[in-house]
Amino acid sequence: MRLTEHPIVEFKRGRELIIYFNGKPVTAYEGETVAAALYAAGVRIFSRSFRFHRPRGFFCAIGKCSSCMMEIDGIPNVRVCKVYVRDGMNVRTQNSFPDAEKDVYGVLDSLVDRFYPHGSHYKKFNRPKFLREVVTKQIRKFAGMGSPPKTIFEGKGAYEEIKTDVAVVGGGPGGMSAAISAARAGAKVVLMDENPFLGGQLVKQTHRFFGSGRHRAGTRGIRIAQILKDELNQLGNIDVRYETKVFGIYNGVVGAVEREKKLLKVLPKKVIIATGAYERTLIFENNDLPGVYGAGGVQTLMNVYGIKPGNRGLIVGSGNVGLILTYQLLQAGVDVAAIVEAMPRIGGYFVHAAKVRRLGIPIYTGHTIVRAIGKKKVEGAEIAKLDENWCTVKGTEKRIECDFICVAVGLSPTHELLYQAGCEMKFVPELGGLVPLRTKYGETSVRGVYVAGDVAGIEEATAAMMEGRIAGIDAAIKLGYGGEETVRLREEAVKDLGEFREGPFGERIVAGIRKVIIGEEEVVNSGNPNNTSKIADEVAKEAKA
Amino acid sequence: MSKPKSSYLVRGYLELEELPPKPSEERLRKKSVAYIECPQEIPCSPCLESCKYDAIRMDNINDPPVVDYEKCTGCMKCIRVCPGLAIFMLRIRDEKGYVTLSYEFTPWIEKGQEVILLNRKGEEVGKGVVRWVLPPHRNDKTSLVTVEIDKDLLFEVRAIKPAVKVQEG
Repeated sequence: MRLTEHPIVEFKRGRELIIYFNGKPVTAYEGETVAAALYAAGVRIFSRSFRFHRPRGFFCAIGKCSSCMMEIDGIPNVRVCKVYVRDGMNVRTQNSFPDAEKDVYGVLDSLVDRFYPHGSHYKKFNRPKFLREVVTKQIRKFAGMGSPPKTIFEGKGAYEEIKTDVAVVGGGPGGMSAAISAARAGAKVVLMDENPFLGGQLVKQTHRFFGSGRHRAGTRGIRIAQILKDELNQLGNIDVRYETKVFGIYNGVVGAVEREKKLLKVLPKKVIIATGAYERTLIFENNDLPGVYGAGGVQTLMNVYGIKPGNRGLIVGSGNVGLILTYQLLQAGVDVAAIVEAMPRIGGYFVHAAKVRRLGIPIYTGHTIVRAIGKKKVEGAEIAKLDENWCTVKGTEKRIECDFICVAVGLSPTHELLYQAGCEMKFVPELGGLVPLRTKYGETSVRGVYVAGDVAGIEEATAAMMEGRIAGIDAAIKLGYGGEETVRLREEAVKDLGEFREGPFGERIVAGIRKVIIGEEEVVNSGNPNNTSKIADEVAKEAKA
Repeated sequence: MSKPKSSYLVRGYLELEELPPKPSEERLRKKSVAYIECPQEIPCSPCLESCKYDAIRMDNINDPPVVDYEKCTGCMKCIRVCPGLAIFMLRIRDEKGYVTLSYEFTPWIEKGQEVILLNRKGEEVGKGVVRWVLPPHRNDKTSLVTVEIDKDLLFEVRAIKPAVKVQEG
């Protein structure tokens, strides 16, 4: 399943090592995540659902879903797509017996609802008391979140305080551009990303980007990630923190954990949040069957780790992600059965559709997926035509032979941090979900907290880079850096972004942004951002202790 | 459901009557010319920026490109950068048609190789011989391939695949 030849990407695999999956040795390569290594070894069932013990598989590959949680070296509920393999690592599936593959509790799938309908656990086995205690214990075992940790952290927690001008959360195209722009204007920047690499989702974008030449159109996404990284490295005033998870913003103080060991208390004057987005799923029968994957998850598996997702896929959704993924699958030598699109027309760029259409891939517009077929993994799919009322037309059902299904039905902003920071949020369907109110420079309703990229509204990487640029420059200007030239650059960037969104593809975005745009005067001062909040202090104290 | 504005967006390919204006046969016989099948308004302009001869018109970044076939010299700058792989170089010489297209698959196509010709729907329309190749490493992994085809298929052939199916490892 591992690719050795690829037209665009050269896969550089690290040294071969062995990990143990449910006690059995599995070959892996340094630099791979546990999820990727297991997938390459043919593992399809990663976990079991709590109530029905239905098989669950790989889905998002970037730590946003919970389908891949396992026990690693005694620690339960670890997202295996975010952990890199180490020699001798012990990986076990949890909440199942003997393992997730052949879970005997899977029988509950057909029994639970008959005997214990939803909510019945409030009434059943309540009396006598001793019975309740016994049964509750057993039920928790069946529907648990794994066993409690067998290892206890014994190291000494490290702690660091960082004073900086600008803190950027997220090292994707938006965050990197923001960091570069702020640093260029003279600000001191700390850039934090949860991954051991920068580039965010650019690392799997093997296609050439659209836009204008000035914004690196015609260049492949993977190269743009490298270009941005080079620019960033040239600037001396950016402190990059890899594998650093930001967990909260308390009155402008950023709390983060670096490499699972060190607590960071970052005291910035401005914060730029560029946390990106996560993939949506779609409701259809058996949509939790292993083999139903997020489109981005498949891109990660295939373009980052060089692992084939299967032999023949069905793509649900004809937006740019679905169309580009189809082409990328063909480049990896994977067959695509069809693209299904519920709308009466293709959602993405026509040229992307034409690229796969002329290679013979059918695109069914006005069709939807009815169900995934298979017991433990996808063995096919059923699609059907939709009428004017979005109902399936009887008699148009068609079986598609495939061994995996990619759901490419859009993204939702990863908005949690903004919410927690106290930014005023609004649900805007045009922008993909909950997004913060912001000025034209990306400052949210909380003074000093900026937003850039997909988390501000789902668009694509070029717009994210433009938004990052604007936010980075504005943050620097407000801190007193740069002169007239910097102000001119900011205005030029705002104008560029406006032009970029002028076409029909930008219409929806512009309509969405109109709903959330606020004036500078509406940004409220939530106190001096340099003030340390009580919570951050307490966390720090605990860590020190 | 609203009625789709452009029917090519229902199908995913252009019908012959939806194609942009064709260069004259006289022009096609002179030297190769860029033919851009990019009818939709999308924010993209590398072709415009790459053209040194002012042969591509686009007033706004969202406008579809329009080629002035008299100004186009067939220099192939635009086909190298088009992210949509929507540009084809066309030419007629000695009563044979030549189409140059982007190719991004392994095994790479080589000069002299026989290939199966595909139309916009992916249907096989014949066979052709590769007469020229820009190797992938010269253009960030997008190889350019010129195929000699039947002159009448010049506005039909838009993709190729190797004639001999290579055994997969």
